[in-house]
Amino acid sequence: MAERYVAAVDQGTNSSRCILFDRRGRLVSVAQREHRQLFPRPGWVEHDAEEIWRNVTRVVPAAVRQIGAEPSQIVAIGITNQRETSLLWDRATGRPIGNAVVWQDTRTDRLVTELAGDEGPDRFQDLCGLPLTTYFSAPRLRWMLDHTPGLRQRAERGEVLFGTMETWLIWNFTGGANGGLHVTDVTNASRTMLMNIETLEWDDQLLEAFDVPRAVLPEIRPSSGVFATATEVLPGVRIGAALGDQQAALFGQTCFSAGEAKCTYGTGSFLLLHTGQEIVRSKHGMLTTVAYQIGDEPASYALEGSMAVTGSLVQWFRDGLGLIHTAAEIETLARTVEDNGGAYIVPAFSGLFAPHWRSEARGVIAGLTGYITKGHLARAVLEATGFQTLEVVDAMNADSGIALTALKVDGGMTANNLLMQFLADLLDVRVVRPMVTETVSLGAAYAAGLAVGYWPDLEGLRSNWHRAGQWLPHMDPARRETEYANWKAAVQRTFNWIRPDQ
Amino acid sequence: MLRLLAAAPDGLGVADLGNALGLAKTTVHGILRTLHQVGFVEQDHSGAHYHLSDAFGRLGESYLDPNELRSRAINWADSLASRSGEVVRVGRLVEGKVVVVHHVFRPDDSDQDLDVGTTLPPHACALGKAVLAFDTSGAARPRKLEAFTTRTIVDPTRLAEELASVRAREWAAEFEEHTVELAGIAAPIRGLGGLVVGAVGLTGRIERICDSRLRHRPDLVSMVRATAEAIGRDLREDN
Ligand SMILES: Nc1ncnc2c1ncn2[C@@H]1O[C@H](COP(=O)(O)OP(=O)(O)O)[C@@H](O)[C@H]1O
Ligand SMILES: [Mg+2]
Repeated sequence: MAERYVAAVDQGTNSSRCILFDRRGRLVSVAQREHRQLFPRPGWVEHDAEEIWRNVTRVVPAAVRQIGAEPSQIVAIGITNQRETSLLWDRATGRPIGNAVVWQDTRTDRLVTELAGDEGPDRFQDLCGLPLTTYFSAPRLRWMLDHTPGLRQRAERGEVLFGTMETWLIWNFTGGANGGLHVTDVTNASRTMLMNIETLEWDDQLLEAFDVPRAVLPEIRPSSGVFATATEVLPGVRIGAALGDQQAALFGQTCFSAGEAKCTYGTGSFLLLHTGQEIVRSKHGMLTTVAYQIGDEPASYALEGSMAVTGSLVQWFRDGLGLIHTAAEIETLARTVEDNGGAYIVPAFSGLFAPHWRSEARGVIAGLTGYITKGHLARAVLEATGFQTLEVVDAMNADSGIALTALKVDGGMTANNLLMQFLADLLDVRVVRPMVTETVSLGAAYAAGLAVGYWPDLEGLRSNWHRAGQWLPHMDPARRETEYANWKAAVQRTFNWIRPDQ
Repeated sequence: MLRLLAAAPDGLGVADLGNALGLAKTTVHGILRTLHQVGFVEQDHSGAHYHLSDAFGRLGESYLDPNELRSRAINWADSLASRSGEVVRVGRLVEGKVVVVHHVFRPDDSDQDLDVGTTLPPHACALGKAVLAFDTSGAARPRKLEAFTTRTIVDPTRLAEELASVRAREWAAEFEEHTVELAGIAAPIRGLGGLVVGAVGLTGRIERICDSRLRHRPDLVSMVRATAEAIGRDLREDN
């Protein structure tokens, strides 16, 4: 019998990919297409949802063709996506209403301050596990409803649908305007600020606070379970999973037990710690989020430390400053010097995320002297990712009461050996890369394969995990302390840049 | 072709170019004629060798960043390691040595150390032979062939024959030439214009890499070649 595969669709911030995995969890083919980043105004970031769907309809068949497989050899589709990016579309025509508003977009900063009011940004933390910031979907949805004439009325009449990207893809995979299914999963719903983190249902109090009509919201489903059978692109193939990219990476790293953690280094970077079935409330700036839910089993939760700008700082160095031609060249440039020369870059492009959550912060280059060359700046760019990770790990250790002993990493930036070594040095722990760097896709494939019985259970998946590379700490402790102190001083200088009267 | 010419200060003949790029002689002739017409290449007095005009001085520099090569190779190298069960390395030729650009552990979770950045003797390993076979700069050809085991090829004529066979079949083998009891398989990675920018290969114990008749296992050979082809395709498609 012909070999069978699971197809993962990773709808990311920069591109959409389709990766096929075999029964041993090994990557057998990849197809990828980038989509445009639209910046209509400072602080605004948008995507064209139709372009994204078009890309998905191309990469999926391309990945299947690459290995000469037939669509019938695909046992399931697992969907994973950039989280919080929000879209409204017309139920009858299937056409998007405006562009998707991306997770990095800060247009809702004023709205968020208004909503926080006297009670402060933590006013909904008990209900949804998240602080009020521009990062999550609900303020964005509210903004769209407020700023498009007549939209609220149409939304209340049920003519308009809301979704994050997995919802948009599933709807299109199942026929779009012709009977498309309007659903989301618990992990993505946990990023909206509209879902109650305990009941895993849309919360009336939150809907009222954000003034969002219930009629626009999709149905919430478990992350792993058969959602539907696709009618488009791969007709007849079951959609077995949907989960946010970071939760998918946690799953792909086989972090199935409380205490297991991973950090994914892409556009942004995200450290997630599995907390079992317990909902842990952070006192140190971590988010409480749903890790996954398999069928009708109880959900698993995670603490998350989110860093908004890591790989995208490298992209800025490439595209904004033009100092390198490809992201990877930053390592070559950084290796032309011994150290950062005293320069630190704090990339608070859209405020600072974890553990600070300061939306009024903006980026700085600190310690600039005539000595600094582009090589030092390249180092500072890479080190910014290291220092942000250290801040998050410190906060996570404080919340969980257990110190991290090794860091499992994945994502595009793990190809950077200089950065991986710096991480080990700075965190003073082993940094371990698994055999599949595309762990986001692997997690989506695992969750989908479980749903259709391609893999029997979680234990079997664990045995697929292997170490592909490892970096050990070497840095002198005194140097580590000085460097971290310098970084913290630089961070202080980003605060209060955007002032209320501006 | 321009890059090959730029890297060969004494110029190259049609056959050299054809071999290096895997192109037919007539094709090479056609391209050279065009380049000559627009003044990008010049012929020497005898007419047998072509070299670049001054305008192309910079093209002799290595054009593919090694870290970029790792970024592009990482997914495929992982996949090769997990399917073969062996150590995988990506290397390229720098000043006559093979520099390890990327290293993937053998997937058995045993203790292993990353050796990215270390160098290997090109005449004594599969990775090295896979790049040496397509090298035209001459500068990279080792002068003295050091012996690491009794099987290391130290005779330049034998090495030349070996490299010719690597060119013919597009993969290179290693059998205890560097370390006793170890064997390896590697294939060249062809980037833009078919130019060989490095090689990817695996190494392991003889009994796993070779069959009972001590031939390199065909299934592993095709895995390695498919991996090199996938990396090359990624490199070429993007430009
Ligand atoms: N070798 C490298 N060194 C540093 N950054 C890199 C390297 N390769 C890729 N990146 C960065 O990683 C990001 C892409 O990683 P990926 O995991 O594909 O991200 P995402 O899924 O968020 O789009 C980009 O922001 C890019 O700048
Ligand atoms: Mg991603």
